[in-house]
Amino acid sequence: MLVEGKNISFSYDGFSLALRDVAIKIEKGEFLVILGANGAGKSTLVKHFNALLPLEQGELRVAQIDLRDEKDIWLLRRLCGMVFQNPDNQFVSSTVEEDIAFGLENYEAPRDEIPERVRAALALVEMGGYEKRAPDTLSGGQKQRVALAGVLALEPEIIIFDEATAMLDPSGRQEVLAIMDKLHKAGKTIIAITHYVEEAVAADKVILMQKGRILACGSPEAILTDLDLMKAAELLPPLPVRLYHDLRQAGVHLKNCPLTNEELVKEIWQLKSKT
Amino acid sequence: MAIKVENLSYSYEQPFGEKVGALKNVSFSIKAGDFAGVMGHTGCGKTTLLQLLAGLRLPTGGRVYVNGEEINAKGYDRSGLRQRIGVVFQYPEYQLFATTVEKDVAFGLKHSGLSRQEVIARVQWALETMGFDFAKVRNQSPLALSGGEKRRVAIAGVLARKPEILIFDEPVAGLDPHGRENFLRFVKEMNQAGTTIIMASHNMEALAGYTKHLLVLEEGRLIDSGATREVFLRLQQRNNWAFGQTKAQRIATLLAEGNLALSPAVVTYDDLLSALKRELTGGGKG
Repeated sequence: MLVEGKNISFSYDGFSLALRDVAIKIEKGEFLVILGANGAGKSTLVKHFNALLPLEQGELRVAQIDLRDEKDIWLLRRLCGMVFQNPDNQFVSSTVEEDIAFGLENYEAPRDEIPERVRAALALVEMGGYEKRAPDTLSGGQKQRVALAGVLALEPEIIIFDEATAMLDPSGRQEVLAIMDKLHKAGKTIIAITHYVEEAVAADKVILMQKGRILACGSPEAILTDLDLMKAAELLPPLPVRLYHDLRQAGVHLKNCPLTNEELVKEIWQLKSKT
Repeated sequence: MAIKVENLSYSYEQPFGEKVGALKNVSFSIKAGDFAGVMGHTGCGKTTLLQLLAGLRLPTGGRVYVNGEEINAKGYDRSGLRQRIGVVFQYPEYQLFATTVEKDVAFGLKHSGLSRQEVIARVQWALETMGFDFAKVRNQSPLALSGGEKRRVAIAGVLARKPEILIFDEPVAGLDPHGRENFLRFVKEMNQAGTTIIMASHNMEALAGYTKHLLVLEEGRLIDSGATREVFLRLQQRNNWAFGQTKAQRIATLLAEGNLALSPAVVTYDDLLSALKRELTGGGKG
């Protein structure tokens, strides 16, 4: 297990609980999506993985490091990189390459290795050629890819996307999702937080959170097609799932509940060919 | 309040002579009481346009008229304009600064000439309109609220001035489905009560479901405008413009590729659902 924790509770104000007795297991190479409404505790949970929030209650081990012990935090932050929501708040330097080099210098990477690691990280996110650009001249999707390159340059075990697509336009979102998919296929462990349910369809595992608790955990099919569960989590199921159920109510029975547009269209054709 | 824009241009000068985020020769008008949407990729000039409409930037070319008066003309009452146009920018929650929610919302009323009692009544109205329990929230620190709550407080601060035009830049980004729907319903009610709304968004469902008219920007140019439904259908015909399509339109497109063309043409989820009901219950043309 790359991440293993139990009985995790957390409060920001010492009064109301943002996390309530959460247990979690994440395997190496897994693509995990954490879904939930605003305030469900998604960010609070993942910020425990790299000690951005202190472990107040419970047990947590990430990449063999015990979070109750604070001495390995620096290593943990490198092993468990994070891309945040706001593409504009993540840069410290005036050019793309300096920004990525900054993180490497912080972690005392050997000087002569830095240029090559910057180059390789930018290539991974398909931003080669943008080395000299100022981050603020990039599009939202490009900024997030550069922020991700900064994380990748440190060779992390786990990459966390904390609503990294929420502020992007649809093409920017597609760019980030495509890179996420590529990293997953290359064997990286990916944790993505989102309330765009469509982004959970390709996950290996989906965790549904609500009011600081884990409401359910399972395959995208099991979670996203369960109307009651989605309602309890205050989320809308993907459009094909909603359509499947709304059509049923009108007496139109598609054979299987589709998750993607392509599956939906196939179901409709199948039914159409019978009538 | 009506807005008219003539040949509006704006360019940001970069240190090396490069021009970024420019707006190029844009003309349109928005009638009083309209709910207008602004669509376009990041960097298309949406935010610049909204800032120009609110009189927060001086255009490098062209004119902006509000109720027939040019807002950048000499002698125009710009502080009066600020009272009548409310702008909610991206991430408004970052602009909260006061020690209590009440003080934050009241800040914009400082020079309004309202009495203390009137100010409190306005603040109460604005916070209640945004779904807060006034008595409970008034003395809380804005910083102790959740992200979604902070955003609603920031919007209440704009509402408190009772602007005749409300401008929103990406107001639903980062909100979950319920937060999004609640917010959009609230904006719709404001619009029905007579407020002119201008809303820039990347959320196609929000634009398709709520706006009456649309402006579409691409690289600083206005490439289409008109009634929302018509604009969405026209954008679908532009094969290089994959951006301006709702989820329902994408599904309708996939079905059409397999020789199942739905009619009338689909833009919203409800369009798709009713067209499919007709098509699949034997009532369709087959």
